[in-house]
Amino acid sequence: MRRHTLALVILLMLATLVAACAPAPEPTASEAAPTEAAAEEAPAEAPAEEAAAEEAPAEEAAAAGTVIKIATQSPLSGPQSVLGTAIKNGAQLSLEQNSAKLQEMGFTVELAPYDDQATPDTGVANATQIAADPTVLCMVGHLNSGVMIPSMEVYHNAQLAAVSPANTNPTVTERGYVEVNRIVGRDDVQGVVGENFAREEMGVQSVYIVHDKTSYGQGVAEFFRQSAEANGMAVLGFEGTEEQANFDSILTPILAANPDLIYFGGIYSQGGILFKQARDKGITAQFMGPDGLDASELASLGGEAVAGMYYSSVAGPANVYPATQQFITDYEARFGEQTQPFAAQGYDAMGICLQGIEKAIEANDGQLPERAQVAEAVRATAGYPGITGEVTFNDKGDKTVATYFVLQVASADPALWNTNQVVKLLDIPAP
Amino acid sequence: MRLHRPNLLLEVLRPLGQLLVFILGASAVISVITVLTAFLIRGTRTDMDLLQITLILLPQVLIDGIVLGFMYATIALGYTMVYGVLEFINFAHGEFFMFGAFAGVEFLVWMQGQGWLPEGQGWLAYLLLAGAVGVGMLISGSISVSTERIAYRPLRGAPRLVPLISAIGVSFLLQDVMRFYQSTANGAFYRTFPTFGGFSERITLFALPLDDREITIAIQMTSILIIVVGSVMLVGLNYLVNATRLGRAIRSVAQDRNTAYLMGVDVNRIIAVTFLIGGALGGAAGVLWSFRFTRADPYMGFFPGLKAFTAAVLGGIGSIVGAMLGGMVLGLLESFAAAYLTIFTRGAFGAEYKDIFAFAILILILIFRPSGLLGGKTTQKA
Repeated sequence: MRRHTLALVILLMLATLVAACAPAPEPTASEAAPTEAAAEEAPAEAPAEEAAAEEAPAEEAAAAGTVIKIATQSPLSGPQSVLGTAIKNGAQLSLEQNSAKLQEMGFTVELAPYDDQATPDTGVANATQIAADPTVLCMVGHLNSGVMIPSMEVYHNAQLAAVSPANTNPTVTERGYVEVNRIVGRDDVQGVVGENFAREEMGVQSVYIVHDKTSYGQGVAEFFRQSAEANGMAVLGFEGTEEQANFDSILTPILAANPDLIYFGGIYSQGGILFKQARDKGITAQFMGPDGLDASELASLGGEAVAGMYYSSVAGPANVYPATQQFITDYEARFGEQTQPFAAQGYDAMGICLQGIEKAIEANDGQLPERAQVAEAVRATAGYPGITGEVTFNDKGDKTVATYFVLQVASADPALWNTNQVVKLLDIPAP
Repeated sequence: MRLHRPNLLLEVLRPLGQLLVFILGASAVISVITVLTAFLIRGTRTDMDLLQITLILLPQVLIDGIVLGFMYATIALGYTMVYGVLEFINFAHGEFFMFGAFAGVEFLVWMQGQGWLPEGQGWLAYLLLAGAVGVGMLISGSISVSTERIAYRPLRGAPRLVPLISAIGVSFLLQDVMRFYQSTANGAFYRTFPTFGGFSERITLFALPLDDREITIAIQMTSILIIVVGSVMLVGLNYLVNATRLGRAIRSVAQDRNTAYLMGVDVNRIIAVTFLIGGALGGAAGVLWSFRFTRADPYMGFFPGLKAFTAAVLGGIGSIVGAMLGGMVLGLLESFAAAYLTIFTRGAFGAEYKDIFAFAILILILIFRPSGLLGGKTTQKA
């Protein structure tokens, strides 16, 4: 008897705790959107040949009230949620502002946000769910290349168009899938841009490279190394680590090697701590990294250690693009917070999805199009007037000309992150 | 019957002496092995003087290793306490550690919000740090006691594997409770330890010349504090167990629960107290860990917990001084392997392979001394 009372009391305590610390849950509940009925329909539709199945799904959709869903996939929880939420919010804002034309055509457009937790397994599991929902016609995502690369196999098999607002690893488009596109630059260029800047503008002669062992982090670090070796910069070390907190052990050899620069290929949640501990250990080298460091959290983790450091990026802060004034105002009004990196890219990726769907519908005489038709229409995007610049896809799905940035951290205060200055801006055609 | 009066001074000095001798001995052995290796393979590298680099880095690597050893040791104390009494491996200990870390960090973040965190050094900074450790101990201790009451006590008569699985379940539950709380309250999984009190200042010990520059060997204020607090924990726990009435009751329950019960020892109370002490020690270790490595996250307990468990087994699980020694062996090995592997193998094996060494040593010790370094009788381990 007493044991049961105790168990009840504990349950009650837990319940109050849960209730107390859940302030206004985000509307991510629609994650559970794909219904079982929808999932059952999918296998019948997915492998169907274009010509044969064209009419059947169209009629079906007309009867179902013609709902079109656009999925987003990005980390909405976990250490990288700052960037992932920015992608989702940017896409959501675009959907709310730019779907009027589709509504006039008689379709209801809905957002289906998924949380990939920045892990490949979750990304693939979500992708399978997304592919199983026949109303999803386009996907905006991922933040991490390591998640995108396995997930895009699913999109490819389901012939589902995917527009990436952030993935920079070359493999993403090098597999030549017609469904997969990106509106940012590539790491084989970004690594070189960073290396050139370090050597020419910062006067760096030796570098110690650390990476996080992910496709993205190690990938960009490798390109930095190749460029450094080709150009005569001494590479004193190349080390991968999954460590999150204790960097003592990899910092000691750096102390001995005494490089001019530590290049970290990875994400801010590790980078901030690494840089801070490096300074605490008395390492005087300059720091640099790729666009994964671009979040105000870097400053709150790294503090004074990261103030003044440089990082390269494929996505400048929203305020460097001339056309983003309105976007920044709208974003802050809609979500009550500052824009973070990749928010504007999320906005554009969604815009391209919407435009592709519109074109596919037009080409299909106002009927709901096949996924393959949407994928083709998205790939055919040319001269799309995005707020981050004009988007024209080449035959691989890369932007024909992408913009690369080098930025400098303005201050140790995370609130001033959006005042980081662009010190170099390069337009480079896709390789 | 008169209570045997233990010699206070002896009880304090003996474990400290053992620890000091062991640290000196282990450091000497591992340093000699490393320098010998460097000497033997010095011809493989022409771009640098391997022997010189090895010698110059040695003091810093030793300091890092000893500090890491103290960190593992303070966590291992909690494992060993509980195992000593119940012969039960409390796999949720890493999560008590994590809760302690968060409690301490949240306390300091709140203090920061009130604007009460001092910038410079001073007694106030130490007081606040002590406060954070206290809060961590309180929270972890109470979680530990509740866990024992809810998840372990009802299973006490059950076969060995049942409470073990219950402990693994508790461990996942606690991780996710914290993850849920942090993501709803702060929107991120982790918390950063506030910088205050000038604790990250480095105290330069000496400088060694290398080519045309100097490598300064330094120790951070945080590291010194960890060594001091770790020693205090060891001495305090050792005194409590070996020289007080409560300690005698704990030892009697550890030796033979039924007989202790017949002699009038309240077994349930003693086990609860054991969990309280073990959990509180874990909480203190958690606060120190996030203090040293500047962050706390819901999964931080897993690897340190696993390594501390290894340390406890290495030292002879159930033995308090053994846990400290085991932690030290692990910390030193990890630090040496991480720092020198890259240099010795020209980058072919990076620091990421450091754990192989630690666990290879564990296997060797268990083959030749199954009861660990200081383990007495060989007990069956779950």
